[in-house]
Amino acid sequence: MLRNDLLIFDSKGIFCPPAQVYLDPWKPVKRAIITHGHSDHARFGHQYYLTHHSNIPILRHRLGNIRVQGVDWGQTFLINGVSFSLQPAGHIVGSSQVRVEYGGEVWVFTGDYKNEPDGVAEPYRPIKCDTMITECTFGIPAFKWKPQHQVFDEINSWWQGNREEGRTSVLFGYTLGKAQRILKYLDPSIGTIYTHGAVENMTEVLRPQLELPTTVLVTKDIPKKELAGNLVIAPPSAHGSSWMRKFVPYETATCSGWMAFRGARARRATDRGFVLSDHCDWSGLLDSIRSSGAERVICTHGYTDIFSRYLREIGYEASVENTGYEGEKDESESQLQTNGG
Amino acid sequence: MKAFADLVEMLDSTNKTSQKVAALADYFAQAEDRDRLWTIAILSGRRPPRPINTTLLREYAAELADIPLWLFEESYHIVGDLAESIALIVPTNRDDSGKELWEVLGEIVLLKAKTEGEKKAYVVDMWSRLDYYSRFVFTKFLTGSFRIGISQKLMTRALSQVSGIGEDELAYRLTGGWDPLGTTYRELVFGQNEQAQVSKPYPFYLAYALEGGLEELGPVSDWAIEHKWDGIRGQLIHRKEEVFLWSRGEELVTGSYPELSEAGSHLPDGTVLDGEILPFKNGQIGLFNDLQTRIGRKTVGKAILAKVPVVFRAYDLLEFGGEDIRNRSYLERRQLLESLLAELGHPSLQLSTRFEFGSWEEVAEERELSREKRSEGLMLKRTAAPYRLGRKKGDWWKWKTSPLTIDAVLTYAMRGHGRRTNLFTDYTFALWHTNEQGEKELVTVAKAYSGLTDSEFAKVDQIVKRTTRERFGPVRSVEPTLVFELAFEGVAFSKRHKSGVAVRFPRILRWRQDKKIEEANSLEDLKSLIPG
Repeated sequence: MLRNDLLIFDSKGIFCPPAQVYLDPWKPVKRAIITHGHSDHARFGHQYYLTHHSNIPILRHRLGNIRVQGVDWGQTFLINGVSFSLQPAGHIVGSSQVRVEYGGEVWVFTGDYKNEPDGVAEPYRPIKCDTMITECTFGIPAFKWKPQHQVFDEINSWWQGNREEGRTSVLFGYTLGKAQRILKYLDPSIGTIYTHGAVENMTEVLRPQLELPTTVLVTKDIPKKELAGNLVIAPPSAHGSSWMRKFVPYETATCSGWMAFRGARARRATDRGFVLSDHCDWSGLLDSIRSSGAERVICTHGYTDIFSRYLREIGYEASVENTGYEGEKDESESQLQTNGG
Repeated sequence: MKAFADLVEMLDSTNKTSQKVAALADYFAQAEDRDRLWTIAILSGRRPPRPINTTLLREYAAELADIPLWLFEESYHIVGDLAESIALIVPTNRDDSGKELWEVLGEIVLLKAKTEGEKKAYVVDMWSRLDYYSRFVFTKFLTGSFRIGISQKLMTRALSQVSGIGEDELAYRLTGGWDPLGTTYRELVFGQNEQAQVSKPYPFYLAYALEGGLEELGPVSDWAIEHKWDGIRGQLIHRKEEVFLWSRGEELVTGSYPELSEAGSHLPDGTVLDGEILPFKNGQIGLFNDLQTRIGRKTVGKAILAKVPVVFRAYDLLEFGGEDIRNRSYLERRQLLESLLAELGHPSLQLSTRFEFGSWEEVAEERELSREKRSEGLMLKRTAAPYRLGRKKGDWWKWKTSPLTIDAVLTYAMRGHGRRTNLFTDYTFALWHTNEQGEKELVTVAKAYSGLTDSEFAKVDQIVKRTTRERFGPVRSVEPTLVFELAFEGVAFSKRHKSGVAVRFPRILRWRQDKKIEEANSLEDLKSLIPG
């Protein structure tokens, strides 16, 4: 079917022909609108970046001295007569959906998103649109998240239990987003919160925007005895590295949506798996699509085939497009991640 | 059942064996006897017979979750375990059924005879009353094997801590054909149940693969050598005028091998032989593949008996004259065994020949004859050693022949199970064949799912995802680009396989990243390995 779509998928990214601008391109382009700071969405090499204000420090930290312009939530800007605005996506700090309006038609690109407010990211806001481009990382009905306060209760009592046995708790989560969300809800009355260098650096970048408990960077000089019973936040790639030796005896845990599966927990080989994701679960995806009022849905990454087939069965015009996005990676594959983020 | 579900959750929450055993011991200490008994039964693979077929369970689950059946099926393929899929997908309910483990299992035993309508009502009611872990456990009882990272050995260790009975003694008491409905916890763990004792096999002594060099074993005169026969390990028991044949999986298989049952009745009362069930025809050992037609058969017709006759090739004597002689030395037991079988002279009760060599070189030479003698290699047994329990290092070693190998092309991949759910780790391999039109094509010869490291699996998984041609549920056909060296224990002609050959124990030896698919072997290369 040939039609003049407002957003098309080409080899470089999601492209808006009338505006001549890309959304989250995976190859270098002239103009890029960036939804959020994760490495599969905010890549090197574009000439001009445009993103929400709060993402600028993240992008500068990760990509260096780029040419970037910041906008506010809901602030409309015109490019070649096409009207754009960013609305919060609730995924991580600064994460945005992109609303595109032209010739009376509205398209929304969700980027990565979740509809449960987490108290760290600006909460997701549904946007009315005709066509929605959505991720579906967890787009099968086997995923159903518990309210986050329950998960954080589990995490804090796990820490408390380890402390009572004199063990160090090592918690793995993405450097950007997951680490700060965890940090926000850890109970500092239990003990000291230590960080891996990658987590510490990113958290430092975000402190001006977020209210977070104090953290201590793990360094060579910290005596082993001081760490016992306390908690360390580290990126998944640190699991099994020699850096961990300092914490013996320790208990490990992974925070990820994939931890919903017993198999994924076993494969990740951490002692515990906490089901905590920055993406929508199954009903979160369906609710978001429903409240957008969209008739047409394009699925980008995740269980796209299954999710789009279901959408077609319940009456949507749904299709799949291949992109360079990864969603929340099953972190047992983390040895393949070379571009950490 | 809540306590058992909590235990499973606890076992799931740690990777450390010591913590698992501690959790299990705690559970045993708290549980009442009826729950203890059922827990031992479940953890030793004695679950109730499947009361309801899984197709129906899937339909009920989809209906309760209000999703189309295909969507449930797709999700199940991804999760990789039916009970877990159901626990995840069926809407959550926080109440507990209030029933004890033994009550629920008792109900499941009775469920089998009920009508389909009654079954559905029961299952749906239970699902809607249970929380995630209880529902997972309950559905596991309905669907199949219960693997929760606790081996029978660890379970025995935990139970030993609680009961005060030694691990080895306990292991023996828990073997054999007991049924949780026919005994009690006291009787099983502490008691002497006369009837159950009659059929009871001894725990098999299992050998380790030889690790170091032969010289590390000390003088060759300390060792007896036998061939390692490629059949089914078994114990043949004659007690109180009854014959029992147990397979290594602690399965009573007497009915599948009437010729051995007959032969066993000629043994003196109070005799237990350890040996191998082997296909044997025209004075020669057949191929393991032939045995496939005998395995699992409840009744055996004349045609099959004539086509694939079997013998019991004995290598050890565990009980003689009603006396447990496992503590005597191998040599002593063997001497008794050898004179016993010689006296009997029964054609279906053969002796596994014992060799004594003057040097390790001669042992190595004997191993070279393995394929010719239709064995898998050698067994090295310390002549002074007792018959030990389970897998213990030191006195029995297996020294297999080097496997046959071939380079094959990966053509299909399937999602793994358990630990490997969500990764493509189960592969189908093909070899080149020139068809009647003279075209070269790839013909499927084997499936294998072990032999790579986790990081290699992760890499292959990525390539599979990138080079997918077609999807069939959990299976993907991929563009042939990868070559693997496969090892296998044997190869035989087979009418059941499209390729015309069947390989035994195929596994991945290594990923040949240095080879192009054109350099993989041909089907003819594989056929040339079939013994004439």
